[in-house]
Amino acid sequence: MSFRVVHYINQFFANIGGEEMAHVAPELREGAVGPGMAFNQQWKGEAEVVKTIVCGDSYFAEHEKEAKEQVLAWVKEAKPDLFIAGPAFNAGRYGYACANVALAVKTELGIPVLTGMYVENPGADLKDKVLMVATANSAAGMRKAAPAMAKLGLKLAKGEPLAASCVDGYMPNGVRVNFFEKERGAKRAVKMLIAKIKDEAFVTEFPMPNFDRVEPGKAIPDMSKAVVALCTSGGIVPKGNPDHIESSSASHYGEYDITGWDALTAEGWQTAHGGYDPVYANADPNRVLPVDVLRQMEKEGKIGKLHNKFYTTVGNGTAVASSKKFAEEYAQKLLKDGVQAVIMTST
Amino acid sequence: MVKEVERVGIPVVHMCTITPISLTVGANRIIPTIAIPYPLGNPTLEPADEYALRYKLVSKAIEAFTIPVEQQTVFDV
Repeated sequence: MSFRVVHYINQFFANIGGEEMAHVAPELREGAVGPGMAFNQQWKGEAEVVKTIVCGDSYFAEHEKEAKEQVLAWVKEAKPDLFIAGPAFNAGRYGYACANVALAVKTELGIPVLTGMYVENPGADLKDKVLMVATANSAAGMRKAAPAMAKLGLKLAKGEPLAASCVDGYMPNGVRVNFFEKERGAKRAVKMLIAKIKDEAFVTEFPMPNFDRVEPGKAIPDMSKAVVALCTSGGIVPKGNPDHIESSSASHYGEYDITGWDALTAEGWQTAHGGYDPVYANADPNRVLPVDVLRQMEKEGKIGKLHNKFYTTVGNGTAVASSKKFAEEYAQKLLKDGVQAVIMTST
Repeated sequence: MVKEVERVGIPVVHMCTITPISLTVGANRIIPTIAIPYPLGNPTLEPADEYALRYKLVSKAIEAFTIPVEQQTVFDV
């Protein structure tokens, strides 16, 4: 028996037309159209596109609810084993439509779904919810995209477990699966290091998240008038850690008043940080939060004023989302208090 | 945290030891410091020398605010 597949494409891939035909309403066709034929070729009879749904990209964008309802009704009737949308490459509205229509089919009808697009397509925002094959950014990438999607689609139709995203070619979707590596971590790390030193290719086991960028702040020509505040991820807190800032994975930050303190003392202050040896910071907290020298600079007129409050948390294992939230909040307080420059210290 | 403060228009100098992390995260003015458990100190020095070291590093930070930067910059200390 052959698995039944319903395929969703836009007006362009159905050969109806380009932008001038993007308004066309959904239409149901028998069998494969356009890229669906490439899938059929790959499947060699194991699976087959039985119906193709064509919808104009603008129509979907402007009538999302109606378009989805119509597609769901047709898919339900066709009872497929798999629903495929696209590939959309870098076409924004098409990618959005593919991802959303696939999500609707998956959640409403419980049918396995697959789409494909370029990683920067706005539709790829749904990659954690809809399985997506990463494609090139133009339709010239069809020759690679079609076999990759066909292969993964067949796996889904058969209900086979997925391999890792880098093996099966889908966009990482945040799902982690435990497994035993053949070699222990230390050995893998040393191998990676040697490859790096030799300028050879290696694959990290812990990719860094993509961080956004912020324009550098404007220079302050005359610091002798500026109000300077201190902030830290080094966990400096009043002795006893009254707000119980966690030693790792901090859930909050502290705001503390240093009015009248010429320096931080071991009697009054400590670190709450659990990620570094606290002996040195506890003996002299100025080693992390340099209140002593900033007070002197205030007296010398090198800075206008040291702000009387500082903001602190523990950066140890603390989620990026949490740190972002903390600083979003205290940045408003700094702004309101007229702070013009911030020295952030990290351990 | 550096970025969220800078986003509201307050320039930030990030003083840290592991400058590659600071660059990855997106700080724009970076002053390299001494060591992870004591970025602004050195317990092997005499207290007066340690204070002088800290004064020098923070002076660099204050100076960094006065320098216009177009891109991420790690200052020499």
